[in-house]
Amino acid sequence: MSSAATTAPSVDKVDGFSRKSVRKAKQKRSQSSSQFRSQGKPIELTPLPLLKDVPASEQPELFLKKLQQCCTVFDFMDTLSDLKMKEYKRSTLNELVDYVTVSRGYLTEQAYPEVVKMVSHNIFRTLPPSDSNEFDPEEDEPTLEASWPHLQLVYEFFIRFLESQEFQPSIAKKYIDQKFVLQLLELFDSEDPRERDYLKTVLHRIYGKFLGLRAFIRKQINNIFLRFVYETEHFNGVAELLEILGSIINGFALPLKAEHKQFLVKVLIPLHTVRSLSLFHAQLAYCIVQFLEKDPTLTEPVIRGLLKFWPKTCSQKEVMFLGELEEILDVIEPTQFVKIQEPLFKQISRCVSSPHFQVAERALYYWNNEYIMSLIEENSSVILPIMFASLYRISKEHWNPAIVALVYNVLKAFMEMNSTLFDELTATYKSDRQREKKKEKEREELWKKLEDLELKRGLRSDGIIPT
Amino acid sequence: LRGGEVSKMAGADGDDSLYPIAVLIDELRNEDVQLRLNSIKKLSTIALALGVERTRTELLPFLTDTIYDEDEVLLALAEQLGNFTMLVGGPEYVHCLLPPLESLATVEETVVRDKAVESLRKISQEHSPVDLEVHFEPLVKRLASGDWFTSRTSACGLFSVCYPRVSSTVKAEIRQHFRTLCSDDTPMVRRAAASKLGEFAKVLELEYVKSDIISLFTALASDEQDSVRLLAVEACVSIATLLPQEDLETLVMPTLRQAAEDKSWRVRYMVADKFSELQKAVGPEITKNDLVPAFQNLLKDCEAEVRAAAANKVKEFCENLPEDNREQIIMTHILPCVKELVSDTNQHVKSALASVIMGLSTILGKDNTIEHLLPLFLAQLKDECPEVRLNIISNLDCVNEVIGIRQLSQSLLPAIVELAEDAKWRVRLAIIEYMPLLAGQLGVEFFDEKLNTLCMAWLIDHVYAIREAATCNLMKLVEKFGAEWAQNTIVPKVLGMANDPNYLHRMTTLFCINALSKACGQEITTKQMLPVVLKMSNDQVANVRFNVAKSLQKIGPILDSNALQTEVKPVLEKLASDTDMDVKYFAQEAISGKSFPITEYPPESRQHFYKIFIDVQDQLVNV
Repeated sequence: MSSAATTAPSVDKVDGFSRKSVRKAKQKRSQSSSQFRSQGKPIELTPLPLLKDVPASEQPELFLKKLQQCCTVFDFMDTLSDLKMKEYKRSTLNELVDYVTVSRGYLTEQAYPEVVKMVSHNIFRTLPPSDSNEFDPEEDEPTLEASWPHLQLVYEFFIRFLESQEFQPSIAKKYIDQKFVLQLLELFDSEDPRERDYLKTVLHRIYGKFLGLRAFIRKQINNIFLRFVYETEHFNGVAELLEILGSIINGFALPLKAEHKQFLVKVLIPLHTVRSLSLFHAQLAYCIVQFLEKDPTLTEPVIRGLLKFWPKTCSQKEVMFLGELEEILDVIEPTQFVKIQEPLFKQISRCVSSPHFQVAERALYYWNNEYIMSLIEENSSVILPIMFASLYRISKEHWNPAIVALVYNVLKAFMEMNSTLFDELTATYKSDRQREKKKEKEREELWKKLEDLELKRGLRSDGIIPT
Repeated sequence: LRGGEVSKMAGADGDDSLYPIAVLIDELRNEDVQLRLNSIKKLSTIALALGVERTRTELLPFLTDTIYDEDEVLLALAEQLGNFTMLVGGPEYVHCLLPPLESLATVEETVVRDKAVESLRKISQEHSPVDLEVHFEPLVKRLASGDWFTSRTSACGLFSVCYPRVSSTVKAEIRQHFRTLCSDDTPMVRRAAASKLGEFAKVLELEYVKSDIISLFTALASDEQDSVRLLAVEACVSIATLLPQEDLETLVMPTLRQAAEDKSWRVRYMVADKFSELQKAVGPEITKNDLVPAFQNLLKDCEAEVRAAAANKVKEFCENLPEDNREQIIMTHILPCVKELVSDTNQHVKSALASVIMGLSTILGKDNTIEHLLPLFLAQLKDECPEVRLNIISNLDCVNEVIGIRQLSQSLLPAIVELAEDAKWRVRLAIIEYMPLLAGQLGVEFFDEKLNTLCMAWLIDHVYAIREAATCNLMKLVEKFGAEWAQNTIVPKVLGMANDPNYLHRMTTLFCINALSKACGQEITTKQMLPVVLKMSNDQVANVRFNVAKSLQKIGPILDSNALQTEVKPVLEKLASDTDMDVKYFAQEAISGKSFPITEYPPESRQHFYKIFIDVQDQLVNV
């Protein structure tokens, strides 16, 4: 490896662009090279006849041989080495894909360990370090997997194998075990979106076919998420895992187990706090809504959770939260709505008066939603007093005319809903503000008194507080 | 306890002391997080006002039962409680603080939990041995067997603080709990346990280190998750330090060897990163036999991250090799790897190496340095990446001591010139910062001949930060080479810029004068600089004029009173009636001396200047 490293730089000094690409390439090479350290010399595979060219009775035997050959892994960063053999493996993998799709009777019991071995040899590897520490999946181009020409076919083959009619989970479970799944889950951190997409399908099939692994898979996903939220904030496959979970949640039996509820409250809700929320928010919101459709009594803890983690400074995230909240309100039961309307509308009132017009606009769009409007109307006596002060103030003060116009509509809607209360609030608006100011003053007074008291106490029993 | 009630009571019987709790409770219910946060931060005030008994019987139960809040508030609370011992009545009552901290140690948010653990560790020291067993240790046990991973994670940090001070039965229990957590189901808990393994080993009796810790260490070091394995490497350092030399080979080395060749680059990175500590912990013999080849492998690792971490350790590793055959090991085993790293494809690797490679010269001595290291230095001085060149230049002092800098100066100069003209201003800034160091080593002659023009050119750089650094650089040069040198070489050039058509350059003259006047002394300041400054008060650009006012204020303390009276004062008075508002403002500031930059001078001279300043002020005011 290192001898290759010393000869390279004379080439990269040409210009800045090639240098960067070479650097990237170098890192990718390194990734595969940990597997190749022992192999200095070229790889030789003895070409085997095509499966269709041998009698059916010999096919299972030949199938195994081909699987064994495909365990050989090539260094794709070295674009010049082993070209023939790389091509040979590619065509063999292609043949294997076709073979498991159409053939019958090929899946002997001996084939299972060989298939799993071949797949493991090819896909399980330590992922390379990310190109930069500050890798931003939204901005930066993902590093693509160099060995993809083979890797894709291996994934393709594995999926066909899992989906094959002859596939028997009862035999396969000896080989596709917890350790296998754990390594599979680690691969979800791959930067290559193509690989993550295949992994998603693979994991979904495994979850579907191996009942014994289900709880384990869920628990490991839990751990990945918790680590992501509380330890590293870095994991590339969160969206894909959530997508799988979306369909898993869909299949939960009622009543929901405590384990599932805990997952919702202790894992999915905290996922909202992560900086890169935008990368998986759609999938996350889908999971949350799935839960609420299963069990509406979870509405209150979910909304309280969202309110607890409401973004303080990031407006884009606030818009996402508002979007998710609307999805929740779309399916909320009126009895649940009543339970959380007060804290909920206190937050919405703050959003409506946000100086960031996209946040204010997103919140005000709620009033275009017929179902939400009907809920507000039913509870206008509670909601109107919460909202009134902000709306009234924005109608006079907000810098953005579009927001002011929207607020006028909302005020008008409230006026039509409950004109008596509306008039009352308008009349008392000023005195309410004055009362607030007075309260503020009293609070300050109290603190002052407290400080005096501290002084007095401190003097009386000096030395109590260590300085 | 309700806020309203309490304040009513307080009003009725005129007992002032009830106010605090009333305030707190009202504030803790406030909608505004900031206000809740404020009240938590004032918790000690409240406790002090309440007195120790009521703090114990009312405040703490209230906090324990009713706190469900934003993590930020909880964090403040967790921190406060760590300093509460005196406020609850001293060590005798410190265990009252355990219930609220226990529940804080179980929350989800890591920072809150960590802070709660920190506070618990702190107050554990204030428990008597009896209280530790009666109150503290049961809490640790409860946390260690909690349902959710958070409490078990927190428990990991508490074993080591109570272990040394409890009875042997309880000790056995603690060891058992730690063992359990090391094989916990959740990787989060195993990580927490692994990260505390070294700390825990230190408080254990040696027999238990051998019997318990080693097996835990081996297990964690071969965990299925690399995030756990890499933490075991850290523990390896502490464990190896504790064991007698003869046990290291059998108990620690197999695991360490395995870690150095782990399939995950993160683990190998950790080994590289901790290499010096590991080297010290295992001693010279094992270093020779095992660590040298391991280090070679890390320097040749396939991942750049690992190579960079190892490259960073080259100097330290070589320094700590056993002296008897240090040179031989370096020359035959380490240097060949280092040579390869000089032309590594990854710039972080080269740059890491460049930051330490010069240190090898002191270890290898003059002849080896000239023969083997010098070509490497020169190659790195010509590296395409500016950071590599900078790192070499910034460490020149090491080579200077061994072979003198002259050997390098031929290559040094083009490298410096190229960096000085780099398109990235941060690179230019970095090289400016090394100028005083270079000047000191190259000597005044070489400097005047080759580098002086560069230093002057930076003064008219188009980036302000560079011009600013350039003025500061001049000041340091004058401090090094003396006032006479300044007068002959740089002062004329600086003052010449006062006539530049670009007002930014004219201002640079002023900034230079601000920086240089002190180092140049009264004579040069009064005779050469002051006239230029005064003349600039007629500049047509207001920015220049108000900077004149600022400059006069700055150099005032250096001038004699005569110059102040007859020359400075009239000009400032003229500027004080300028048409521009800012000019007026700064002129008046200078006259009244309000913003005299006392803090800009080192403490010992402060008094002196302050006195002068008062004199100056009196003179200005009294005339």
